[in-house]
Amino acid sequence: MSASRPPPKQRSWSWRSQAFRGVVYQVLALAVLFGALAYLLNNTFANMRLRGIQSGFSFILQPAGFAIGETMIPFDSSESYLKAYLVGLGNTLRVAIVGIVLATLLGTVVGVGRLSRNLLVRSLCSAYVEITRNVPLLLQLFIWYFVLTELLPPIEEALQAGSVFFSKNGLQYPLPLWERGHWGTLTGMAAGLGVAVYWSRVAHRRQESTGRMPPVWLPGLALTVLGAVIGWLAGGAPSGLDIPEKTEINVVGGGSVTPEYLTVLLGLTVYTAGYIAEVVRAGILSVPFGQHEAAASLGLSRRQELRLVLLPQALRVIIPPVTSQYLNLTKNSSLAVAVGYPDLVSISSTALNQTGRAIECIAMVMACYLTLSLLTSALMNLYNARSRLKDR
Amino acid sequence: MASSDTFVPVASRPPPRSEMGALAWVRRGFFDGPGNTALTLLTVVLLALTVPPLLNWSVIYAVPGADNDACREMYGIGACWGVVAEKGRLILFGRYPFDEQWRPLLASAMVVVVLVVSCLRSFWRPALALAWLAVFAAFYVLMRGGYLGLTPVETARWGGLPLTLLLSSVSLVIAFPLAVLLALGRQSHLPAIRTLCVLFVEVVRGVPLISVLFMASFILPLFMPQGNTIDVLVRVLIGMTLFSAAYLAEVIRGGLQAVPKGQIEAAQSLGLSYWQTQRMIVLPQALRLVVPAIVNTFIGAFKDTSLVTIVSLYDLTGAVQLALGDADWRKFFLEGQLFVAGVYFVACFAMSRYSQWLEQHLNTGTRRQ
Repeated sequence: MSASRPPPKQRSWSWRSQAFRGVVYQVLALAVLFGALAYLLNNTFANMRLRGIQSGFSFILQPAGFAIGETMIPFDSSESYLKAYLVGLGNTLRVAIVGIVLATLLGTVVGVGRLSRNLLVRSLCSAYVEITRNVPLLLQLFIWYFVLTELLPPIEEALQAGSVFFSKNGLQYPLPLWERGHWGTLTGMAAGLGVAVYWSRVAHRRQESTGRMPPVWLPGLALTVLGAVIGWLAGGAPSGLDIPEKTEINVVGGGSVTPEYLTVLLGLTVYTAGYIAEVVRAGILSVPFGQHEAAASLGLSRRQELRLVLLPQALRVIIPPVTSQYLNLTKNSSLAVAVGYPDLVSISSTALNQTGRAIECIAMVMACYLTLSLLTSALMNLYNARSRLKDR
Repeated sequence: MASSDTFVPVASRPPPRSEMGALAWVRRGFFDGPGNTALTLLTVVLLALTVPPLLNWSVIYAVPGADNDACREMYGIGACWGVVAEKGRLILFGRYPFDEQWRPLLASAMVVVVLVVSCLRSFWRPALALAWLAVFAAFYVLMRGGYLGLTPVETARWGGLPLTLLLSSVSLVIAFPLAVLLALGRQSHLPAIRTLCVLFVEVVRGVPLISVLFMASFILPLFMPQGNTIDVLVRVLIGMTLFSAAYLAEVIRGGLQAVPKGQIEAAQSLGLSYWQTQRMIVLPQALRLVVPAIVNTFIGAFKDTSLVTIVSLYDLTGAVQLALGDADWRKFFLEGQLFVAGVYFVACFAMSRYSQWLEQHLNTGTRRQ
């Protein structure tokens, strides 16, 4: 009786075995790669010895010796390169985060506008998308920079709207002075937000049991504002404002942003909004028309339909590509170096010129951007796992 | 009686008068409901505020000739388009010697012709790759000179449109085979090869092009054996090629994943080897699917070329900065930049329309009716 024996394992040292060939190919590939790397590194070390270039990360604790035009945290030229890099990273994030918020708003408006019934609105939005997407970002930045630094009036004749001044020197605006009473405002706002979140849970539970959804967003907003106002009053209603004042040759005081920051912000926002608009449009179009008909035949109102049927399905299509646009915006903020905004790349290239340690400086920039994008993709994967269609 | 048995259709009545004609169309499109009316009015106000001043500046009060004094007089009121006539050759060809500028013109024309030919489907065959290589060789000989009695011109003086065309097309044509290998490697069953490909693609896609260009211009020279130098143009080309290879690899991977697994199994059961399967079964189907996306990648590369300005190569964007540097004309920066923006727009817009057209026409064979 020939009992069915398990098939013989295909492990042989023969060229005919696929597994063996696989191992050979991989070993070969790794050998070639490491050989090339060793050759290049050998050359690099030889070159560095020859030119007297120092290596290592020891420089990052030495004093930087250069000042930075605009910083979020105070920076002094006697502080270390590490601190300078942090300031640069802060500047990158400052322009990227504000840009992401503005580009999302503008992009959504334009994307929805491209689907409008109104021919005028539709063609205006299409023109916007085509123009912003078909001209290189760097050129757009140069154009914005020229407009903001050459065409605007000089600071003595700054454009004025209330206490907001706009000139070649940037934008100056009133800023609330920080007083202790503002802690009350913040606490009140947080408390209001907490109550609002609790209310949305209650509302969802009520919808589960009765099928009726009480309003959530408007009461939530009202609760948050109310909390903030109560906290502000409880804190003694601090009302000190740092208002920019116009003197004969200057505008002093208040909060301000430089034309470089405005250029980068405006350029990134306008450029990325064009891409986001296309993503939003594609997302909305991806929801089949039957879904709208089904919602209507269930008797949902237009708003319920939008909130319960269309948006959840469109967002599933929209969010992954929009995230990659956010990443693009963050990476594109590196073009700030071309108009002199002190972002991460700009700080790093100054450090590179001063210390001559090219490999280290560039590696630090790459590491920062890589960390940002890996973090974002990790968050994205979490979101995708949650919002995936639930198969049974 | 008999006549009432047969159904005689009644001609449909025309729609009511109020629903026909231009007026009804205007009402339907622009003024149905308060929301739409408000939107229309808002847009009209916006256009009325912006269009007339722009039109005044760019057309009505514009100075067409290259007359510096007239331009200065009208500064801020009318555009000085003469700057384009005055500096046009500097913008288009950078610092290339003035008397030799027929060479970059001819070289750019060659690249454009091959580019257009590549867009026609009847030319999609392996010989096209050879044509590209031949054009690159001719481009180099023509621009570099030193042969055939042409005066030599070092690469540092190349600039403007030919540089933009060269950088974007070389970085894509050379990147293409690399990208195919990377995409196949990413799908491979061999863990070491897969890891290497994933690492390369993800790292390059995670960092900005600028840092890759900095790396190319500062670190590549250190890689060379002692006594050898590497031309800045070649360095930038290497950087841009590696960068676009990573993006292209992801595009091609999308196509590879769309090929049904049954195709590969069928190929294996026919006894085809791995490379035969890829070459004859998988890649033809996968690449066909992603041609429009490849065109979009090319548009991206074309626009990204402008970044080489930052590592001091003067492509179209850099050349306009260079051209308008002199004191007489630097006030009219905007006109020069708008001209270059127009060149980019025409090129990119045409390519994106081509990509959309291609998307529709390539699908006709497989799409269900």
